Amino acid sequence: MRIAFFATCLADTLFPEAAKATVRLLERLGHEVVFPNQQTCCGQMHINTGYQKEALPLVRRYASTFDRYDVTVVPSGSCAGSIRHQHAMVASAYGDAGLASRAADVAARTYELSELLIDVLKVEDVGAYYPHRVTYHPTCHSLRMTRVGDKPLRLLRQVRGIDLVELPAAEQCCGFGGTFALKNPETSTAMLADKITDIVSTGADVCTAGDTSCLMHIGGGLSRLRAGVRTVHLAEILASTESS
Amino acid sequence: MSTFLGMPTTAPRGVGHLRGDRTFPEAARDALKNDQLRRNLRHATTTIRGKSGKVIAELPDWQSLRDAGSAIKAGVLAQLPELLEQLEARVTEAGGVVHWAADANEANAIVTGLVRQTGSDRVIKVKSMATQEIGLNEALEAAGITPVETDLAELIVQLGHDKPSHILVPAIHRNRSEIRDIFLRAMPGVDPALTDDPPVLAAAARRYLRETFLSTTVAVSGANFAIADTGTLGVVESEGNGRMCLTLPDTLITVMGIEKVLPTWRDLEVFLQLLPRSSTGERMNPYTTMWTGVTPGDGPQKFHLVLLDNGRTAVLSDPAGRQALHCIRCSACLNVCPVYERTGGHSYGSVYPGPIGAVLSPQLTGVADNASLPYASSLCGACFDACPVKIDIPSLLVHLRNRVRHPAAERAAMAAAAYTMDRPKLYASAQRAAKLARIAGRRGRGLPPPLSGWTAGRDLPEFPKQTFRDWWAERASHPEPASHPEPASHPERAEET
Repeated sequence: MRIAFFATCLADTLFPEAAKATVRLLERLGHEVVFPNQQTCCGQMHINTGYQKEALPLVRRYASTFDRYDVTVVPSGSCAGSIRHQHAMVASAYGDAGLASRAADVAARTYELSELLIDVLKVEDVGAYYPHRVTYHPTCHSLRMTRVGDKPLRLLRQVRGIDLVELPAAEQCCGFGGTFALKNPETSTAMLADKITDIVSTGADVCTAGDTSCLMHIGGGLSRLRAGVRTVHLAEILASTESS
Repeated sequence: MSTFLGMPTTAPRGVGHLRGDRTFPEAARDALKNDQLRRNLRHATTTIRGKSGKVIAELPDWQSLRDAGSAIKAGVLAQLPELLEQLEARVTEAGGVVHWAADANEANAIVTGLVRQTGSDRVIKVKSMATQEIGLNEALEAAGITPVETDLAELIVQLGHDKPSHILVPAIHRNRSEIRDIFLRAMPGVDPALTDDPPVLAAAARRYLRETFLSTTVAVSGANFAIADTGTLGVVESEGNGRMCLTLPDTLITVMGIEKVLPTWRDLEVFLQLLPRSSTGERMNPYTTMWTGVTPGDGPQKFHLVLLDNGRTAVLSDPAGRQALHCIRCSACLNVCPVYERTGGHSYGSVYPGPIGAVLSPQLTGVADNASLPYASSLCGACFDACPVKIDIPSLLVHLRNRVRHPAAERAAMAAAAYTMDRPKLYASAQRAAKLARIAGRRGRGLPPPLSGWTAGRDLPEFPKQTFRDWWAERASHPEPASHPEPASHPERAEET
């Protein structure tokens, strides 16, 4: 299948390994990946901070960039959620009905990585090998906006060599929340402290998730505390093989 | 009463408890330092969450009930004027008197005048959010009338000269030894040997309240529901103290937000299942008191219903914002909120704390007066899933953030970011230039505000040597050996702007 790849601004700029892993994984599964270079950012930061009007060009850009592809994959439950739940809303508030319907149409063909693998490509065992103790944090937007359910866990359970351990209070927010972490830093840090305690309690070497944003937050806290736990995007685990 | 001149107005300043004196981040910063508060909140919210989750799981049709609750409330808001007029007619026919209060000042004046007419200088109160919202107790005290809260937790708050911090459990921030101290200090006739054993504390409150019930002739209540079809009012509660107030006095004055009206008795079937399971985690609340006007020889012989607007019509005028008026004050959203659990209710500055408060208070007062509240959320969405009437609180927060007047520096930064992100070439060079971590010292620890808020507790990621975009372009010009028979990928044609 020919799959368009929306890398997200965060993975493109700060976490390229997650984006490269997504490409390698899909190519290993025999699919063709294209990266339209007119893409930039989904605009979620603007929308969620109260700048819907400023986000309109980004909504338009996403729709015009990905309209020509049957399927687009996003290695982020949060960006996929914004595209599916906010783009048409912003387009109808500040753009026009034509853009709103195009945004909704493109959004319906946009999938978060685990959704693409399980719902579209119908694969649970991607042939990965990852000999580490791993705990999975189901990020809020993956869970409650994009509603990926247990799809990431189903993929992880098939990974060879993995020691997958359950994260206590997994569904609790890590405290990132985009600009929330800057506008309410003390509250955000208090939430992060509890998340880190739970992660460390599992004895895992690696904390994984489907969003680089939450992983950046959690990883920033783990690094400051020298907790000895790394953050790794779901795609990087699924892309790992015995030869890599 | 004032005359309606066109656009509905928001709740007036200078009266009531919808605005705090500090922003949410300022108040939260102090609250977070209080370890006792955080322990109390965590214990209480975790306990309620567990109980509630268990009884909700018993109902196979819970999601249908939520849909029904949401649909009934949407229907009410669509025909609010007609339902309120119908309610007024039925209550009047049943021997009650209906008063219309445009705002907190009018409602306080009406209630104070009604109490004065009875000649009593004391009223007993049923736990009520509406009267907390309008600051009725302060208004009564200013008129020389003593209000006595009879809900145990509200009594603790009142005797402690404190503010409620939770919709359902107003003294959730107090533990039993603090409660003992408050009782010893402020409860008339309390036993000086009082211990902090919960049954002993409850018995002390019971003795004090029983005397008050039997010697007070006027009660003030709120209402959970009003049935337009029959003119019936309803209060649900756990202690029975509400029922004492609703049945013993000669005069009953009920202050009710206009959005509480329901069309028919049948609608109660839905809400009497949704409310107790979502709020206290009970299958059914212990006391449900319903009354229709005045029944000669039984219960209060004078009944007044004060219908309160106080900004609700302004909320109603926003099609996207109005779903906040679906709220049945169950506080399920507070109990699942990670922000509320750590900051407590006082940080929100309004009687309506937590996620629902963050969307309701700014709408009642106008967003400018509560501009930090829509940001008091990480948008984690737990509140939406917990809400028994399916208020999409995260979307409402985003909607309200879009109406906030933003700080100039932030506006400039956001505009610049959007400008850059809409120009892929410029964006790509900005990515390469923005070696933020390098110019800001090791892992970003030398960053200025607001970014220093991030680096106070977390490191920035190491900046990668190459963006994905550059990697992709490089790979396209020097293809890796394909790992499967067909060439796997090719670059898109560049169409740089």
